[in-house]
Amino acid sequence: MLKLKYLLPLVFFMVMAIFLAIGLRLNPKDIPSPLIDKPAPAFSLPILATPEKNLTAEDLKGRVWLLNVWASWCVSCRQEHPLLLELAKLNVVTIVGLNYKDEASAANQWLAQLGNPYNVSIMDKDGRVGIDYGVYGVPETFVVDKRGIIRYKHTGPVEPGDIEQLFLPLLKKLVEEPA
Amino acid sequence: MIKIMALVLSLLALPLPAVVEYHPFEDPEKEQTYQTLISELRCLVCQNQTIADSNADLAKDLRQQVYEMLQHGKSQQEVVDFMTQRYGDFVMYRPAFSIKTGLLWLGPIVFLLIGIFIVVMLARQKKATRQIELAPKQQIRLNEILQQGDEE
Repeated sequence: MLKLKYLLPLVFFMVMAIFLAIGLRLNPKDIPSPLIDKPAPAFSLPILATPEKNLTAEDLKGRVWLLNVWASWCVSCRQEHPLLLELAKLNVVTIVGLNYKDEASAANQWLAQLGNPYNVSIMDKDGRVGIDYGVYGVPETFVVDKRGIIRYKHTGPVEPGDIEQLFLPLLKKLVEEPA
Repeated sequence: MIKIMALVLSLLALPLPAVVEYHPFEDPEKEQTYQTLISELRCLVCQNQTIADSNADLAKDLRQQVYEMLQHGKSQQEVVDFMTQRYGDFVMYRPAFSIKTGLLWLGPIVFLLIGIFIVVMLARQKKATRQIELAPKQQIRLNEILQQGDEE
């Protein structure tokens, strides 16, 4: 009979292998946000289309909205852009674009060229609101409920399939919640 | 030879510190706090650097944020709270001890204890093998063999 003792290195190796395999699959950029289930930080920022007017977080109370952080200099934003356009077509949620550390002219050109999925875009030129939202890797997408509470944060580009599997079920649930 | 020299020289090269903008302080104590803070806050874009080391755009913005908060009379703890509320415990190189970070702080001690335990167990086992007791019959046979020696 094989002594149990001799199996120990194998067991040890297997445990290590499992942990390392999990480690390889984790995305180190995916840092849990402490803002989940907290009120969306207040802001008052000029609207990209009409810079003389400001939009505040307060204006969005009572509706489910997405805050998508984007910039014309951001390469992965280009990657997720078609998916946002698709989501916008479904008309289930207010999509607010946070134009992060960008130039208004470049941002407008980007939207004209690639299409505009945003109900409204606001300009965070110096990145202050970005800091309040703990933004560290553009693009990022926050889901905010009717009471103004952040319910979900997606770091990095929205991938194909995320809309159907992640966003739509959550949005459906949030829309049905009382204001 | 040239290759080896090139290798040696490249190993001797010192890492270049990031070009960091200058923030003037009137109060040296505040400046000290500033330096402490920026070398303890993690740059989230380039995760293995502090915001003092990094010249990423976000690191620069965060340094500016720290500077302004200190100039407005905020304490070190208030700045730390501001950052962790937004970026989570991960933003601190030495996160505060809590249930979530407990494993991080206690993990090494736990592993050390496991190691000591294994070493002690192994040492005991060795001792045990040294003191093998023979049955009386075996002892007699052993003595016989020893007495006979190489005679045969």
